[in-house]
Amino acid sequence: MSHKVMTEDQVVAEIHSGMTVGIGGWGSRRKPMSLVRAILRSDIDDLHIVSYGGPDVGLLCAAGKVRKVTYGFVSLDSIPLEPHFRAARQAASIDFSELDEGAFYLGLMAAAHRVPFYPTRAGLGSAMLSENPDLRTVVSPYDDHEELVAIPALEMDVALIHMNRADARGNGQFLGPDLYFDDLFAMAGKLTFMSAERLVPTDQFLAEGSVHTIRIPRIHVAGVVEAPMGAHFTECPPDYGRDEEFQREYAATAKDPESWSEFSRHWLELESHEAYRAKIAERVAGITRGGQR
Amino acid sequence: MTEPATLDEICIAAIADAFRGDGEVLCNPMGAVPVIAGRLARATFEPDLMLTDTIAYAVAGNLPLGGDPADFPVEAYMPFRSIFDQVWSGKRHVVMGASQIDRWGNQNFAAIGPYRKPKAQLLGLRGAPGNLINHATTYWVPNQARSFSPSVDVVSGPGYDKAAELGRSARFFEIRRVVTNLGVYDFDTPDHSMRLRSIHPGVDIDQVLEATPFEITIPDDPPTSRVPDAEDLRLIREVFDPDGVRKGEFR
Repeated sequence: MSHKVMTEDQVVAEIHSGMTVGIGGWGSRRKPMSLVRAILRSDIDDLHIVSYGGPDVGLLCAAGKVRKVTYGFVSLDSIPLEPHFRAARQAASIDFSELDEGAFYLGLMAAAHRVPFYPTRAGLGSAMLSENPDLRTVVSPYDDHEELVAIPALEMDVALIHMNRADARGNGQFLGPDLYFDDLFAMAGKLTFMSAERLVPTDQFLAEGSVHTIRIPRIHVAGVVEAPMGAHFTECPPDYGRDEEFQREYAATAKDPESWSEFSRHWLELESHEAYRAKIAERVAGITRGGQR
Repeated sequence: MTEPATLDEICIAAIADAFRGDGEVLCNPMGAVPVIAGRLARATFEPDLMLTDTIAYAVAGNLPLGGDPADFPVEAYMPFRSIFDQVWSGKRHVVMGASQIDRWGNQNFAAIGPYRKPKAQLLGLRGAPGNLINHATTYWVPNQARSFSPSVDVVSGPGYDKAAELGRSARFFEIRRVVTNLGVYDFDTPDHSMRLRSIHPGVDIDQVLEATPFEITIPDDPPTSRVPDAEDLRLIREVFDPDGVRKGEFR
């Protein structure tokens, strides 16, 4: 029987410079941050990132790991503009393909279903189509002959997603309000790696959620990483909410190189996710003590 | 005695009126003033609207801004994937902001300066391209002088001139209203260029013209925007937004 448990660093060993990497979640919500930080620790670069982007995109841009970003948006939710991504766009230091949020979903679906594109009206008349050399239109073969935008399949070498629970065989469960598009990312990736807050025996999925929450089937998953707090500082309900204070600090330090390098040294240049978790635990304890004074 | 309506409340009533006649659609306002407006429209004259808690559920009842949706009955599960399905079905009316908007309703909240290398990256295109081409859109512009522009740097949401070029593909296109701090605008003119529909109480026509750097249709005797009544004001002040979050949107 297949057993797919691995570490963050073993996942990163499967990712090579130049690859297209899809990252699940949505903005600053349920992002596979322990896997993203493992990429930051590696010497991989020249990546094409495909994401409903949040700090995953910002961090990878800031670290110079990115050649191109294909995105539906990039935002920190409670902070509308992701500062590192914004800086990269304004410096034109990265290539990009920006899709309407819904159109991005069609691109994921096309990749998952192995068709070259899905058609939509989204983009007609807007900069999405007129300013994007990657996009083409298609004319309906039926009597209406309507012209539509052909959203290309967002094919990816590797997809990374984060779930609340998973089993060792690669089945995954979300327990929050929204799966987002992680099932499609799992199908779209040639290789999909899933981190999870906790690994549980298969027969324990129903202890915490209805059957409707067991949405990632193992046939699409190559490896599983147990990563408690693996989405930090993005939200991962019901396990934890977004660490807004940490996110504010992240966004504030992005504004000048000196405070950014200090933030980076303190929170990113760590040897493992365990080391990161220990730092987070120390920080929480510090805040609690401070609060009591 | 009810304190007289203030500008924020007049804008809320004006946006609410944009939903008049919509019936059973997903009303999807973004921002505090539009969210209050959508909830006010449902509470007072458009009872069949569906509204989300802005997370993943459509909820019934008068949910306050920042209120706990768990206290209200869920009508439908609407995660983001379902929201896009609603967009494409057409049964949706959205309210979005605009950093720039021109006389044809072309809207930009993506970036200032050239799209490929902007001077200032803003929100990006977000859902605007899909929204405009699929269903009704209303714009909320809290600072008309800043946002009304002779042209837009990036077209996030296309306007009527772009829609005209698309012919049949734009058959679901509609910009219902543009509501600003000075007045209410629509595109009910022969060439679908912008028209002043009503002017807010206390605003004079010179202020409108000064804050409009393009040709615009002004009726001879423009009507005054509706002033919300005592029940509207009670709902806004006591039910939907007791903390006055709406006032922070005017900058």
